[in-house]
Amino acid sequence: MKVVLQNLTKIFPSRDKKAGKEVVAVNDFNFEIPDGKLIGLLGPSGCGKSTTLYMISGLQKPTSGKIFFGDDDVTELSTENRGIGLVFQNYALYPHMTVQQNILFPLQNLKGADKLSKEEMQERAYNAAKLVQIEELMDRKPSELSGGQQQRVAIARALVKMPRVLLLDEPLSNLDARLRLQTREEIRRIQKETGITTVFVTHDQEEAMSISDMIVVMKLGVLQQIGKPQDVYDDPANLFVAKFLGTPPINVLEGKIQGGKVYIGQEAVLEVSGAEDQDVVIGIRPEGFELAETGALHCNLVNVEVMGRDVSIVSHHPASQNASIRSIINADHKTSVGGQIVRYDLKPHKVFLFNKETEERIRCEVK
Amino acid sequence: MVDSKQQWKAWLYLAPAIVLLLVFTVWPIINTVRMSLLENYSGLQATAGAQFQFGLGNFLKVVRYRQFTQCLKNTCILCFLTVPISTILALLIAVALNSIKFLQKGLQTIFFLPYVTNSIAIGMVFAAMFNIVGSFYGTENELIVTAGIINNVIEFFGGTHINWINYGSSYAANIFVMVVYIVWNALPFKILVLLGGLQGINKQYYEAAKVDGTPRRRVFTKITVPLLSPMLAYVVITGFIGGFKEYTSIVGIFGETMGPPDAAKRLNTMVGFIYDSLSSNSQGRASAAALILFAIILVVTLINNQVSKKRVHY
Repeated sequence: MKVVLQNLTKIFPSRDKKAGKEVVAVNDFNFEIPDGKLIGLLGPSGCGKSTTLYMISGLQKPTSGKIFFGDDDVTELSTENRGIGLVFQNYALYPHMTVQQNILFPLQNLKGADKLSKEEMQERAYNAAKLVQIEELMDRKPSELSGGQQQRVAIARALVKMPRVLLLDEPLSNLDARLRLQTREEIRRIQKETGITTVFVTHDQEEAMSISDMIVVMKLGVLQQIGKPQDVYDDPANLFVAKFLGTPPINVLEGKIQGGKVYIGQEAVLEVSGAEDQDVVIGIRPEGFELAETGALHCNLVNVEVMGRDVSIVSHHPASQNASIRSIINADHKTSVGGQIVRYDLKPHKVFLFNKETEERIRCEVK
Repeated sequence: MVDSKQQWKAWLYLAPAIVLLLVFTVWPIINTVRMSLLENYSGLQATAGAQFQFGLGNFLKVVRYRQFTQCLKNTCILCFLTVPISTILALLIAVALNSIKFLQKGLQTIFFLPYVTNSIAIGMVFAAMFNIVGSFYGTENELIVTAGIINNVIEFFGGTHINWINYGSSYAANIFVMVVYIVWNALPFKILVLLGGLQGINKQYYEAAKVDGTPRRRVFTKITVPLLSPMLAYVVITGFIGGFKEYTSIVGIFGETMGPPDAAKRLNTMVGFIYDSLSSNSQGRASAAALILFAIILVVTLINNQVSKKRVHY
């Protein structure tokens, strides 16, 4: 089931009637979620990603715009009639029911033609539990489960009705780091097995990048960029997207384009064509640095962190907007860094130029 | 653990509370047991130097009193009628209050008013509402004029007035008035506790139920009530304990006669029986009755606890 959002807007009235302004949580959204894909809605807190999810679920009504599931306009349809499964951030498992009762609960609500016999319900609950690998835990109460197990129960409860669309609100935020890795792979596996169009919300870019077919980056209610994770990473539309994706984050330096060259401070680091002379903001991915004796970029060395597989070099540069510049160098080259100054060459495809005012990407060829 | 050298300090700080508890709680309890086990114990005679034999006579006497059986019956009837009714009503009102935003605070205040009003005063108002003026202290032949607002309403709708509490009224009518009064009086506390419990329930349970298309009734029975069960158990248990100690409400409506003028003491309760025994200087009998009441409350509370172990989800 593809999901289409058309000019979707949500405005919350101000709390304080006299002074406050209304809040535009989601501003004129247009995008299409293809059938059977896993989509990550990504952005910092307060960017409207959860609001978008809740509007798709029907728990919140859009101020304007339309939502389609396939070709059906579901904008006016109430939550229960949309055929969605929703997993809440803190799971919202009914604490007084066993795992089995929790999973059975949505089925017991079915009426009329959809009504199932007891055996059918048991079987479907068992299948859902098996899918998320909790069939051993059916008689436990939620309080007797670990966070990861509760998460699985919540997913099973959402899946048992065979929803058209599965929605997950910050599915991994309540888990510890290790479980998070495990669970995100699990979510990927479940989504692949069921083929249900799945939308999940997260503020963790790594999480979104690692499992999504497509990511949707948002900021202050405005859509920034949609695309495959690697495409968005390799080709950010603006400085915000560039900064938001990637760990360690992109290094941001001030510079200028002059006479077909990109300058950082007084150092001409790269050649550029197809861009006018102007002040720019330069984003360099950590892996975009190469140690070179004759490198154009001079930085003051602060520290070298050895991580085994690669080496992370922390240095300073006066034009840097970040506190320090962090580069990641493959540890295969037995590079020795010494002295006060470290010199780099830059890999052109890891360097992005942004307009200083608008922070939009300057489309040009960097060499 | 506190260092053993410092322990005297702990005891010192606890001393004021312990002394007060010993004097006003522990000693009276011990003394009650002692008095109940001394045959025909009377405080007045004890002061005069009389000696009493040890025995279970007080208990036997209490149980054999016809008045005691009547008191026990009244107490049980009122208790087992008012506690369920008031709990269910309070639950419905609390759920309704919780689901509205407009006027919620105002209505909450109104519902809470009985709690801060003197129950004797409320009783007198209720007595006036259920009254038929002209016969309260009168005789059979006195002219009866309908004046209580309840009877006025009944007559307005074409019914005949009912003698609720006056001369010649029936036991059933008396009990009905008492139930209405006690329930009304018990509501605010229960509403307050249940409303607090409701507001503590995570809203996401309701959103989850909504996503699953759960009908309202099922949300109430399968989600609200179970999640509220600790509070419900609390109001039921305290309700029963309070109910077995019913006394003031009867005085509030019927005065110290504890019944209509022609049937004094007909609505007397266990606590009333204890007071009566005390006023006739039979402390032994009063103590025995108090211990019997204590035993009944203990048993009922234990039963409540057993039931809640199965039904309450903490």
